[in-house]
Amino acid sequence: MTYMNKGLVEIHESLKKKEVASADLIKESLEKAHEIQEKTNAFVTILDNAQPSEVTDEILSGIPYGIKDNYSTKGILSTGSSNTLKNYVPFFTATAVENLEKKGAVAIGKTTLDEFGMGGTGTTAHTGVVHNPWDYDRMCAGSSSGSAASVAAGVYPYALGSDTGDSIRKPAAYCGIVGYKPTYGMISRYGLFPFASSLDHCGVLTRSVEDAAIVVDAMKGIDKNDMTTWDSKDIHLYENLKKEIKGKKLFYLKDVCDIKNYPDANEELKAHLENFQETLKKCEELGMTVEGVSMDQKLLNALPSVYVVISCAEATSNMSNLTGFIFGPRGEGKNYREMMKDYRTKGFSPLIKRRFIIGSYVLQKENQEKYFKNAQRVRRLIVDQMKEFFKEYDGFIMPVGSGPAKLLKDQDDMIKSDTTILEEHLQIGNFGGFPSITIPNGFIKGLPVGVNITGNCYQDEEVLRIAYALESTMNYKGQIACEVTK
Amino acid sequence: MKYNVTIGLEMHCEISKTNTKVFSNAKNGYSEIPNSHVRPVDMAFPGVLPVVNKECVRMSLMMSEILHCTQPEYMYFERKNYYYPDLPKGYQITQNTPPAPVGMNGYIDIEREDGSTFRVEIDNIHLEEDAASMNHLYDISTIDYNRAGVPLLELVTKPCLHSADDAVAFLEYMRAVYQYCDISEADSKKGQIRCDVNVSISDTDELGTKVEIKNVNSFGGVRDAINYEIKRQTELKQAGRYEEVEQETRRYDEETGTTIRMRSKVDAIDYKYFVEPNIPKYKIAKSWLEEIQNSIPELPYEQKNKYQQDYGLSSYDANILIKEKAIANYFEECLKQNIEPKTAANWITGLILGYLYKYEMEITDFFITPKRLFDITEAIKKGAISSKQGKDLFYMTLEQEKEPLEIMKEQGMMQISDENALNSIVEEVLNENLSQIELYHNGKTNMFDYFVGQVMKKTKGQANPVMVKEILTAKLSK
Repeated sequence: MTYMNKGLVEIHESLKKKEVASADLIKESLEKAHEIQEKTNAFVTILDNAQPSEVTDEILSGIPYGIKDNYSTKGILSTGSSNTLKNYVPFFTATAVENLEKKGAVAIGKTTLDEFGMGGTGTTAHTGVVHNPWDYDRMCAGSSSGSAASVAAGVYPYALGSDTGDSIRKPAAYCGIVGYKPTYGMISRYGLFPFASSLDHCGVLTRSVEDAAIVVDAMKGIDKNDMTTWDSKDIHLYENLKKEIKGKKLFYLKDVCDIKNYPDANEELKAHLENFQETLKKCEELGMTVEGVSMDQKLLNALPSVYVVISCAEATSNMSNLTGFIFGPRGEGKNYREMMKDYRTKGFSPLIKRRFIIGSYVLQKENQEKYFKNAQRVRRLIVDQMKEFFKEYDGFIMPVGSGPAKLLKDQDDMIKSDTTILEEHLQIGNFGGFPSITIPNGFIKGLPVGVNITGNCYQDEEVLRIAYALESTMNYKGQIACEVTK
Repeated sequence: MKYNVTIGLEMHCEISKTNTKVFSNAKNGYSEIPNSHVRPVDMAFPGVLPVVNKECVRMSLMMSEILHCTQPEYMYFERKNYYYPDLPKGYQITQNTPPAPVGMNGYIDIEREDGSTFRVEIDNIHLEEDAASMNHLYDISTIDYNRAGVPLLELVTKPCLHSADDAVAFLEYMRAVYQYCDISEADSKKGQIRCDVNVSISDTDELGTKVEIKNVNSFGGVRDAINYEIKRQTELKQAGRYEEVEQETRRYDEETGTTIRMRSKVDAIDYKYFVEPNIPKYKIAKSWLEEIQNSIPELPYEQKNKYQQDYGLSSYDANILIKEKAIANYFEECLKQNIEPKTAANWITGLILGYLYKYEMEITDFFITPKRLFDITEAIKKGAISSKQGKDLFYMTLEQEKEPLEIMKEQGMMQISDENALNSIVEEVLNENLSQIELYHNGKTNMFDYFVGQVMKKTKGQANPVMVKEILTAKLSK
């Protein structure tokens, strides 16, 4: 009998009925973790001495889970998947993790990410590339690559992620699971290694909307250590999942989702967009209305640049604490400048260095107005436009990416111009701090693809309700990755 | 030739009266033990976030109001990005770009010692965090994070001052205001006050080349640095070498009283300011501003006016009393002990401050409390001891750290006011100084004081001087 491939409620009931003990679950989870580690490299650290916790009425009690390695965990190596922190053992625990610990959740591993969350491929971690459990030759996307791979492979029901551009929601799609980041400030970021503070969100990867609701209910809450948190005690995601969604109105960007606009489209893109239309039909069958809208193309085209400018600017400042003096392996040199330079030169991957240079450039006095301030203005325009839509609509539904997981050997950093918006639109969710969830909505050549639903700020219950209803019309809930036969 | 001198000041004052630091819940307080007031935020461990201390904001807004500044509609902060080991985050949280500063475009009127006044225009006052303190030893440097994150108010004046004396008068008054408002001890010995000074000279209406002197840590230093810089620039200008005065940053060297070049403005660092994303902008409520305005305590000049009008003190004395809150407190306590205001002011501005200054002591640690001072002044007032004896008693009290009344008893300190006794002593003195009497009668009238002195010497200063003079006058005119 295996349990780690099941949903939280079912596991909880088995624990309550004493059909299985917390210790058994940990054992199963650890075995599975070691098994997939060889093939996927999903973990930076596997916590072999994880201890069982008392089973209480809390659904999460006694059940194993994974933590992305950019969450600070007291006494446990927390690297951010970077050489700059390869030996860093924090002495405090992130609030979100602490909240789960209070409910009796049992962490069994720290998962691999793109270095400090900067990257969407799962290939830049200091411990190496993360492989997709559906096809080891493919990427998981990133940056929550290890969390997505391990949840998809059935190591445990959920793992924590963080999302600055699409870092939870894209890997979820590539791995055929659910990825949810709630409204900005609902979960405390205290203890999350920052990438770009105004865009960073904590969230979770699960195999069902229900599990996502349960976990975020436990993670969230106002935190005296994070001034951007707000009081969400009246929001009960799990309790309100099953409420009626008939009459809800959804919108999608019709030009972006229209195959006619992609003259060079490959089979995968065609299948992906067709599949999306199928999903829209399912929404209508559920009693929702779906409308295609147009958004100012100039604003859409600006998406990736706005994201790069703001995220790189904040990142270069956020990571200025990485000097190797107080933590991290100390650099060598005759004075503090040399030591710092040595530490940072050796510690960061080329991708991050490139982003630091961009960030530094756009913040320079002579460039700030043109790049950074303009990016912030365009961000505001995009968010205002979305808020206009949300006056009329309850949710924004879009396909995730331009198809299933890409082959690792094909990956490159260059943005393919024609599918740019398809690949990057999830960033809108970060610009506005909107609640946003990806769920699996089909398969292309045996590989999973996903659909995303985003709502207005504080409308998390509604977004999850829509996702829950849509999920129930498809057969992908709770699916475990099985290697595609090629 | 004298040139127009223009001076601008930046006064950094640590807020010392909050329980915790400005963005961290570590204790805000001086400690001998390095790195004992530290939370993860202060050392910038990955994942920490700043949390604004509301009390610091309240104090900043109060200063903003006292300086007649406008307050911003929204409270928010910025990051000033640069690398230095004393700055663990790699950026300082501050308020640089308008309208971020907690106060903008204000003024304050300052009184000079001679009673004239001048206005200092305030560019802005803003709230920020202090850096850690570093100690550079022979082959290592040590860092103490106790100071990292300590709240700091930076006050920036417009270039509107024209002499070192005015600059110091302004700084001294601001120090008193910080103390009166219970915002800071404002003790430069504890490094709580640090100043940057901008100086330029010109012989036209246009400002000359601005030279900045950084990190002057005492008001005496400010005075010396300004005067040195005026002299240096004047000499260069007079020598026809004004182009050598460069827009640059210099530092004040306390040892030599000179300023030394650090870097040219051309090498100025680009701090890449941007809004701190982890602190949400929030609206400053009008009602809160009013509440703060109404809670501004009596300010030094208000107290000074009271001292002059109600107690008849001179402007000079009143100025000295209000210069430091602790001194004013001592004075007020003296009044409560029923010492005459003028008497108390004389003692404080004379012997007491002289003694404190000489031994670098704080009045709060001074052994002669207002109660003890009362015992001394009361003994003089009642004629039990002479004022000369009063002085002696003052020093003996400090030396022996005993109650003045006890010392009086032990030393048998009593003023001799018995006419018969004094008569015979005066007689004795005159008999011993016959030749001097002759000189006196021949017109050397200052010999009179000599006779008084001799009587005092014989009586160990215990003779009632007024009576001695009367008796002498009578006897010598015979």
